[in-house]
Amino acid sequence: MKRSDRLVSRRRFLQGVGGLALTASPLAAPFVIAQPARIKVGLMLPYTGTYASLGNAITNAFKLYVAEKGGKLGGREIEYVVLDDESEPAKAVDNASRLVNRDKVDVLVGTVHSGVQMGMVKVSRESGVLSIIPNAGAGAATGPLCAPNIFRTSFTNWQTIHALGKVMMEKGHKTAAWISWKYAAGEEMFGGFKEGYEKVGGRIVKELWLPFPNVEFQALLTEIAAARPDATACFFAGGGAVKFVKDYAAAGLKSKIPLFGNGFLTDGTLQAQGASAQGVFTTLHYADSLEIPKDKEFRLSYAKTYKLQPDVYAVQGYDAAQLLDIGLKAVKGDARATKAIIQAMEGVTVDSPRGKWKMSRAHNPIQDSYLRQVVGEQNKYVAVAWKALEDPALGCKMLA
Amino acid sequence: MDPVIFLVQVLNGIQYGLLLFLVASGLTLIFGIMGIINLAHGSFYMIGAYLAFSLTRLAGNFWLALAAGVVLAVLIGMALEWLVMRFLYGRDHLYQVLLTYGLILIFEEIRSLVWGDDVHGVPVPPALDFSIPLTDTLSYQVYRLAMSAICLAIAFGMYWLIQKTRLGMMIRAGSVNRDMVQSLGINIGLLYRLVFALGLALAALAGMLAAPISSVYPGMGNQVLIISFVVVVIGGIGSVKGALVAALAIGLADTFGQVLVPQIAGVVVYLLMAAVLLWRPQGIFGRA
Repeated sequence: MKRSDRLVSRRRFLQGVGGLALTASPLAAPFVIAQPARIKVGLMLPYTGTYASLGNAITNAFKLYVAEKGGKLGGREIEYVVLDDESEPAKAVDNASRLVNRDKVDVLVGTVHSGVQMGMVKVSRESGVLSIIPNAGAGAATGPLCAPNIFRTSFTNWQTIHALGKVMMEKGHKTAAWISWKYAAGEEMFGGFKEGYEKVGGRIVKELWLPFPNVEFQALLTEIAAARPDATACFFAGGGAVKFVKDYAAAGLKSKIPLFGNGFLTDGTLQAQGASAQGVFTTLHYADSLEIPKDKEFRLSYAKTYKLQPDVYAVQGYDAAQLLDIGLKAVKGDARATKAIIQAMEGVTVDSPRGKWKMSRAHNPIQDSYLRQVVGEQNKYVAVAWKALEDPALGCKMLA
Repeated sequence: MDPVIFLVQVLNGIQYGLLLFLVASGLTLIFGIMGIINLAHGSFYMIGAYLAFSLTRLAGNFWLALAAGVVLAVLIGMALEWLVMRFLYGRDHLYQVLLTYGLILIFEEIRSLVWGDDVHGVPVPPALDFSIPLTDTLSYQVYRLAMSAICLAIAFGMYWLIQKTRLGMMIRAGSVNRDMVQSLGINIGLLYRLVFALGLALAALAGMLAAPISSVYPGMGNQVLIISFVVVVIGGIGSVKGALVAALAIGLADTFGQVLVPQIAGVVVYLLMAAVLLWRPQGIFGRA
C-alpha cells in the first residue's frame, strides 16, 4: 500500500509538472481552471514491525470512508502523506515535525504505539496542528497533556479494562491474580482494573509482572497456581497474548482459575490461539456480531474492498475519518479555520460501527464497554459491561 | 516456598535453559570456530518458526515439517556462507556486525513479504498434546517435556560430533589454525560451510521446536538473539559444554528472579553475566 501511494504521488507530481508546462505556454493559459486546494492528511502510522497490521487496518478504514464520500471530505479532495513511524519512539518528534513543517499537512492522523504518540503530542501541542489519534491509549494524551487541537477516536488504556472488575465480581470471583508486562501501558491497565475491581469489593491477591516484551511465562503461571485466586486478570497483546493464552491453558489453569482480560488478549489472535482461547471473557469497546446496522454496513463494505475482515483498529480509523469529515463540513472545507473545526468536533456524537459515542470534554470517546466471549474465531458480543464509560481524564485542564 | 512449587520452578528453569542452549549452541559454534559474530542468528530462529508454521500446514504433520525444515535450513545456510560469509573470514569484527545486521533487515523484509505481519500459531503435535497434573491446580504439558528431551539429545549429539568424530577433530583443528589445517590437505572452505550451515540449522530447529508453545510473530528472533549472546559469553566463546551450563544457569536465574525478586527480574540474568565475567573474564569454560 505504501508503495502504491508513493507511485500515486509521483504520478501526481508529474501531472503537476506537466500542468506547469502547459500554463507556461500562452495558448494554454485560458483553459486553466482554478481548483480549490486539496486537504493534506498526514498518516503517521506503523507499516513495518509488530504493529504493521494495526497501521494497515487503520489506513484501510480511513481511506474506505473517504472513498465512500467520493474521495472528498467537506467538499475538498483529500491528499495523503504517508509516513511509517516504525513504532520507534526515538524518531517520533522528527517524523511528526517533518509532516507538519515540511509537508505542511492540514491534519495529523496517528498512531498506534503510545511512546511514539507522546512525541506526536508534543509536536501537536507546539504547532497547534489538528491531530486525531486512531489508537494509542496513553492516558496522558487526553489527560495531563490534553489540548484543544488533539482528539482521539479510540480509547484510553483505563477505559478498556475498567469494567472488567465488575464483570468478574458478578461472576462470583472475589479474589484475583494480576499479570502483565511491566511498562507504561501495562501499568495504566493495572490502574484501571484495580480501581474498578476494588470498588466492587474485589481483592487482588497476587500482582505478577514480567519485563516487556518477555514471553517466558512458566514461572509466573506456577505462582498463580500456588496463590489459588478465584480468577486471573491480565493485559497482553499480539504475539505475547497468543503465547500467554496457550501457556495458561496448557498449564491446566484455564478450567480451574478462569482467565479474564481486556480485548487485546483475543483480538486478531484467535486463529493462532485456537482451542486454548475458547470461552475467555474480555471487555472492549468493539465486538464481533454486534447487532448494529452501521456495523454490518461497515463490515460488508470493508470486506468487499480489502478482502479482509475489519477489526477494532479499522473501526477506530474509520471514525477518525468520520470525525474529520464532521469538522471540515462545518467550515466548508476551509482547513485553515482550525478553531471552527475544533468547535464542530467538540461534543459531537459519532455514528460509529461500534455504536454511537460522544466526544468527551477531554476529546476522548465516551463509549460503551462490551463484554465479549471467545466462540470459535469470534469475540462474540455478550452484553454491555458498562454503559457510556468515560475516562476520568485526570489532570486535563480543559475539564475545568 | 512450598517444596512442590519449588521443584516445579526448578523444572521450569531447566526446561527454559535447555531451549536457550539449543539456540545459543549454534551461535557459539559459529562464533567460536569460525570467529564470526552472527547477529542474524535470531533471524534464523524466526525463520525456523515460520517454516514450522508453513510446513506443518503443507505436510499436515509437525515432525515431517521439522525434518524438511532442518534440510531447508542447512541448504540456506550453505548458500548464505557461499554468497556472503566466506568473504568475512579474518576480517575485522565490525564488517561482520555490519553485514549480519543487514541480514537481519533483509530477513525481516522477506518474512513480511512471504508471511505478512500477522501473528500465527502452530498446533502442538496431537500425540504430545496433553498435560500431566503436578498439583491440583497445575499441570505440565507433555510437549514441553519432550522438547527438553530433544534438546538434551542434541546436546549429547553435538558433544559426540565435536569430541569423538573425525569431522569434529577437523573442526576443532580448524578453529585453532586455519592455515595449518588447509596445508594438511583438508578442504577448510567446505568445512566452514558445513559448520555455518549446522549453526543456522540449530537456530532454525530451536525456532521450529518452540513454535507450538510460543507463537510465530514478527521480530521474535531479536529477543532470543540478546539472551543467546549472554549464554555464549557466560559459557565461554566457542565452548558447547559452556553453553549448556550457562543456558541452564540462566534458565534457573531467570525463573527464580521472576519469582523471588520480581522488581528486578529484567536484570537478573545480566547481573549473573556481570558476576561471572568479574570472576572469569573468558567465561566459565572459555580458553584464557
